Amino acid sequence: MPRIVVTAEDFDTGAELDRLSAGAGAVSSFVGIVRGTTGGRALAALTLEHYPGMTERALGAIAATAMQRWRLLDCTIIHRIGRLEPGARIVLAAASSDHRGDSLRATEFLIDWLKTDAPFWKREDFADGEAAWVAARQEDDAARDRWIEGPSQG
Amino acid sequence: MKVLYFAWLRERIGVAEETIDLPADIGTIGALTDFLAARSPRHALAFADRRSIKTALDQVFVSPDTRLGGAGEVAYFPPFTGG
Repeated sequence: MPRIVVTAEDFDTGAELDRLSAGAGAVSSFVGIVRGTTGGRALAALTLEHYPGMTERALGAIAATAMQRWRLLDCTIIHRIGRLEPGARIVLAAASSDHRGDSLRATEFLIDWLKTDAPFWKREDFADGEAAWVAARQEDDAARDRWIEGPSQG
Repeated sequence: MKVLYFAWLRERIGVAEETIDLPADIGTIGALTDFLAARSPRHALAFADRRSIKTALDQVFVSPDTRLGGAGEVAYFPPFTGG
């Protein structure tokens, strides 16, 4: 049963991966971290907004797709919201399986689809006091779409 | 009907949520967007570039020609940028 969490609180990466390890032969993970600069400008913080209700539904659908598509034992998506300073963890996507191929590919799929299909928005609050909403990137759409026709079965 | 705004749409309009009495002649998402854009200069600014705005009807993605039906909640937002 996929574990889906949307929270303002930090998460314990080690504890989350241990949780997936029980009975598994492989655990793979991606952790997103707030960078200190963006486009050469110093960042004070990222502020993450989301659409309560739709977010959990969207993340659950992404996790369910991964569970169907690869031979997974379980998977976890944790996404933080609110104000996050450089160095803070933003997101964890992780999956467990018998062998590495399934968990590695599923992890990449989880984070690629989360970026384009889950209702989160990032605002960059710069150190100079300005703020700007992050624009969606075509590379992210391309990263998502390669899972539609590309090789999928581990 | 409840209307929700997120990210820069919320900032430009100045509120996160509005409850509106829907005129009977408004049957689609596109017509609702036109109606909302005419509510105030702030709304007009927020809805100026329709191509950069996505819409969900009761938390499901929809297009401008989708019929409102008996929906309870419409949300407007820019493309997602999480992760």
